[in-house]
Amino acid sequence: MASKTGDVRNYKGFQAITLLCLIILYAPLVVVTIYSFNASKSITVWEGLSLQWYADVFTGPESGKFKLAARNSFVIAIIAATVSTTIATLAATAIVRGGKFRVRTLSLGLISLPLMVPEIVTAVATLIFFNSIGFDRGLMTIVLAHIAFCIPFAYLPISARMQGIEDTYEQAAQDLYATKRQAFTRILMPLMMPGIISGFLLAFIVSLDDFIITNFVKGAGVETLPTAIFGSVKQGLKPNIMAISTMLLSVSIIMVTISYFISKTDNTK
Amino acid sequence: MAGGAASGGSATTDTYAEARNWLLLPSWVVLLGLSLIPVGMMLIYSFLTKEFRGGVIWEFSFAAYDQFFCDRGLFGDEPCSVEWTYVTIFWRSIWQAGAATLLSLVIGFPTAYFIATRPEKVRPLWVFLITIPYWVNLLIRTVSMKFLLRDEGPLNSFLMNIGLINDPIHIINTNFAVQLGLFYSYLPFMVLPIYAAVERYNFALSEAAADLYAPKWVTLRRILLPAVKPGVVAGCILVFVPSLGSFLAPDLLGGAKNFMIGSLIEEQFKGNAGNWPFGAAASMILLTMVLIILLIFVRQQGKAEKGAG
Repeated sequence: MASKTGDVRNYKGFQAITLLCLIILYAPLVVVTIYSFNASKSITVWEGLSLQWYADVFTGPESGKFKLAARNSFVIAIIAATVSTTIATLAATAIVRGGKFRVRTLSLGLISLPLMVPEIVTAVATLIFFNSIGFDRGLMTIVLAHIAFCIPFAYLPISARMQGIEDTYEQAAQDLYATKRQAFTRILMPLMMPGIISGFLLAFIVSLDDFIITNFVKGAGVETLPTAIFGSVKQGLKPNIMAISTMLLSVSIIMVTISYFISKTDNTK
Repeated sequence: MAGGAASGGSATTDTYAEARNWLLLPSWVVLLGLSLIPVGMMLIYSFLTKEFRGGVIWEFSFAAYDQFFCDRGLFGDEPCSVEWTYVTIFWRSIWQAGAATLLSLVIGFPTAYFIATRPEKVRPLWVFLITIPYWVNLLIRTVSMKFLLRDEGPLNSFLMNIGLINDPIHIINTNFAVQLGLFYSYLPFMVLPIYAAVERYNFALSEAAADLYAPKWVTLRRILLPAVKPGVVAGCILVFVPSLGSFLAPDLLGGAKNFMIGSLIEEQFKGNAGNWPFGAAASMILLTMVLIILLIFVRQQGKAEKGAG
């Protein structure tokens, strides 16, 4: 870096700290990924490369449990992300394209509520709510809790995108006798697609990754991947957990990367 | 990240003004039903009587709050003297969250500053690099941290191999491990708002200070820092608040001696304690603390904006 003595922008050591920061962020993930390919039964000793723990996840003694948990996790994440993205898109349209109105700020506050309340408090409140109305805990309670929790994560990229689209396109469509509904579905929605996909992917990851709320509202015997992993870890770290973790973290990283590049595309030009 | 949803935006139009109530209806129904009303129910439950092994009996009782604040002796018939057990757990949580926030600030500020002073084109990529780990499952990140830090883990064997230490450093099950775990969990929340603030900063101010012979570090402290203070405060809040109620880092990295609020609450519902009203009361106290912090923050930001405008 150009760190001339007179340059007010660069400070000695800041670059080193940034590198340290990246090392701290990535080292644990890299180490677990490497050790998931370990041939040894012990998590401590390195005995060479092997895919045996990945095979163990799919065919080993615990494979049935993990497959069921994975299916639950993905079904919940797809439903929760779809519903919360739809709700967030509608809400963003009202808030960004609905003019000034009295409950606008209140609606924004309500949408950001799940982000401001500590997750464990949300978990307790949701559990108590389902208990008080006599709703049996199971897959459905997890789906409902995730929908609410995912809305702000879907809302952020969607509303950011909508604010970036000038309304001249919709105005032009309406000047050419398109109804408002047509202007929405034929003009705004296609322009919004990158934001909507990005919001969907973030909501999907948040749901797939959630442990605390799921752990509280799940029924007895219902497991998602994070709760199954937590249960296993409590009995000690095993290599097959590292293999699952590596797969799950790859899914998250791939989806975030897709979301990043999609939200960067600009189809209004 | 959390601030984004609340900031609204300016490029708004009224194209769909007639339909706005219908458009907002689903989010109101879902968030009232699944966020706001549940918090209300939690408040009610904290004033009910506990049923053994979970659940409540619908009878008004102050017992949960009494248990939290009052020590009434072995048989529960003495007058109230201060109960320190739970206050200590809350105090420890505040202390741990504070230490994690400080650690995040020390590492996060230079990082945010460094990124904000890169060429404009590569900045989003740097920000992306910092945020990727946040999207990886928190449980997996915490487990990975535990794996790395173990006495016989890769970090210790690496340090022993290069001859820096002779015996493994014992990190797991210490306060420091929890702080490190919290720092690792929420670091992007510190970097992002500071980055946003430094990016908006007018460096001509720093140059003016330098022209007037201000040493670089004085420029940083006296000119830059006051200008980006709102970003720094936002970052500290965004790390402190989730750290305060965290469960995974203290549970997996801290062990039984480093019990925090999150574990105390979890134990009432999932563990052996099974005292729902007490868990609800502890959650209410935590929520109240968080809301007070957020309220002070919003007031201050409001003042800062008025001062700037």
